Amino acid sequence: MNKLWSLAWVFALLSLVAVGGGTAVLPEMERQVVHQFHWMGDKQFRDIYSLGQVAPGPNMLMVMVIGYRLAGAAGAAVVAMAFFLPDCIVAFFVNRLWDRFSESRWRSAVQRGLAPVAIGLMLSGTYALARLSISNLMGLAIAAVTFGILSWRRVNPLLLISAGGLAYLAFRVR
Amino acid sequence: MDSAKPLLSTPNERAAHPVQLRAIFKTFFTAGAISFGGGVVAYLREYVVYEHKWLDDEGFLDALELSETLPGLNSVNMSVIIGDRLRGVIGAASAVAGLLLPGMVVIMTLGVLWSSQRHNPYLRAVLVGVAASAVGLLTTVTLQLGHRQFTRLADLLFIGATFVAVGILKISLVIVLLTLGPLAIWYYRPAAHPSESAHHFRHLRERFHSHRAHWRH
Repeated sequence: MNKLWSLAWVFALLSLVAVGGGTAVLPEMERQVVHQFHWMGDKQFRDIYSLGQVAPGPNMLMVMVIGYRLAGAAGAAVVAMAFFLPDCIVAFFVNRLWDRFSESRWRSAVQRGLAPVAIGLMLSGTYALARLSISNLMGLAIAAVTFGILSWRRVNPLLLISAGGLAYLAFRVR
Repeated sequence: MDSAKPLLSTPNERAAHPVQLRAIFKTFFTAGAISFGGGVVAYLREYVVYEHKWLDDEGFLDALELSETLPGLNSVNMSVIIGDRLRGVIGAASAVAGLLLPGMVVIMTLGVLWSSQRHNPYLRAVLVGVAASAVGLLTTVTLQLGHRQFTRLADLLFIGATFVAVGILKISLVIVLLTLGPLAIWYYRPAAHPSESAHHFRHLRERFHSHRAHWRH
């Protein structure tokens, strides 16, 4: 029961500080789940993140698997509610208020000011994932090839991500 | 910027022909089910703007601007905003439920299977490769999303400070947001940069019209 409360608290907080979206909140999630509460090792955290990459919809639905690992089905349900509900409530009310401030020039100050912070957080999230997943030249090559292909043309990322997974498997079993 | 624009021409018309909750749920469910590898927002735009014409493109991009400033996932925020504009609270709830349900079923199935096989070295190798590939994907998305910020010195400083604080020093995100956030907003306070005020966030529209917008998260 205590664990469910901790899960609810941690993921509700993460939901509210996710300025810049899922990637932006990834370092804080790792900090809480792996280092603060020691709920799982960083490798397991990375593997769960990867599961989210191959599921449809928002990748951050993978938080449910974190809840499941820790407290079964109830954990998954609690984490899903905690991670999505607070943010939905904020979005709902801010959206209704936002139109009232359409003339306010502070509105664009908020947008412009938070934009670089959000980018800095996304970079941090990318870096956190790189630290967890790139430990040799093969990993680096997979990341570089994915980056290169996506910068060059439009390809469904799922194809590249599956190819990345298979390439690393081939590298491991050779 | 007229984000308050009604979706249908008049409030009366909207009241006379409300969008069915089932239609909202089904539309967001489809977007949530086929958006493998991210790009949920691009699918939403396809359905909401072009197929059902529930919103015009301007209205959609206004909602996207707000979604990007709000905390939380863009696609979820978009669902709340669009659902609310169509049918109020229950519309928003239907949209979010539809968006998340397919992914929830798939991720839980994967999660249960993974839990029983999580020490399997082959599975772990695949997941490491997936994560490494995701690093490439996230790099592309971040550079593309921030292409305007990366060319401005002030923004680069905020990006750098945020990255060092969170990525390197691992300072609590709450503390970083409560210090750097207000600082950055203050830097862009009204009247501080009057000449640029007309260009706010136009890049967002440009970006969305480019083909790369497909796989944004």
